[in-house]
Amino acid sequence: MKQLYAWSAVACIVLTSTAGDVLLSRAMKQVGDVAELRRRSGMAHMLGSILRNPNFVIAILAMATAFYAMLFGLSWADVSLVVPASTSLTFVSNAAAAKIFLHERVDHRRWLAAVLVAGGVILLAL
Amino acid sequence: MTFRKYLVLVGVAVFAVTGDSLVSRGMKHLGGVSLHHLAGIILMVFRPEIALGVLFLLAFFACYMAALSWADLTYVLPTTSISFILLTLVAKFALHENVSLTRWLGVVMISIGIGFVTQGPALTPQPRRRDSHERLAAPVSARTEL
Repeated sequence: MKQLYAWSAVACIVLTSTAGDVLLSRAMKQVGDVAELRRRSGMAHMLGSILRNPNFVIAILAMATAFYAMLFGLSWADVSLVVPASTSLTFVSNAAAAKIFLHERVDHRRWLAAVLVAGGVILLAL
Repeated sequence: MTFRKYLVLVGVAVFAVTGDSLVSRGMKHLGGVSLHHLAGIILMVFRPEIALGVLFLLAFFACYMAALSWADLTYVLPTTSISFILLTLVAKFALHENVSLTRWLGVVMISIGIGFVTQGPALTPQPRRRDSHERLAAPVSARTEL
């Protein structure tokens, strides 16, 4: 039963962290280069622009859910299962989500990188 | 890519590894978590190890946000996976742990993956929206109707 709980936690981590990453990336692209924005308008304006962005707020909620799902997962199964499984699957799901939702140009080089890193993470956990 | 930007990417990797390790250690000391004790689940972030881990994860998050403001998600994620390589090197040379051949193979695969990504640009140009393209291409009479 604990195995089922652990894999449910992994699925929840992958879904919510992918949603969080995609929304955060969209929010930060809308805000622009933070170093340049801080230099131009000051720290308060930069922080205000980030915190007022709706995508940023939803991204934080999604990432907080992923964080708590990870804590649950770690209490039900070994870190050597939960972290590599969720991390490697998130690399691949993020590449797909970035192509679909962010319209990033995910060429064969970036796909290969996502798959190699995901495979590498699994090998590290064996 | 400037030196500052490379530093931000290294910051993402180092802070994530430290934060995750501290949270993991804290959770192991805590034992099993039950859905019936919701207050305990929320309060566990105040345990010293977990709290310190959260601080490192906040530093990771600041660097991660900065990186996403000038680079693609599909560039930042594989590039910052250098953390797995760092962790293996620390395990081998600082902690003198036995790192198996399979793990070294994993390190090689991640290194090749990072190599593939860093050869390309950090930010790819966004494809032009179809509707705006069509609007520009439309004849004047059609544009007035829009």
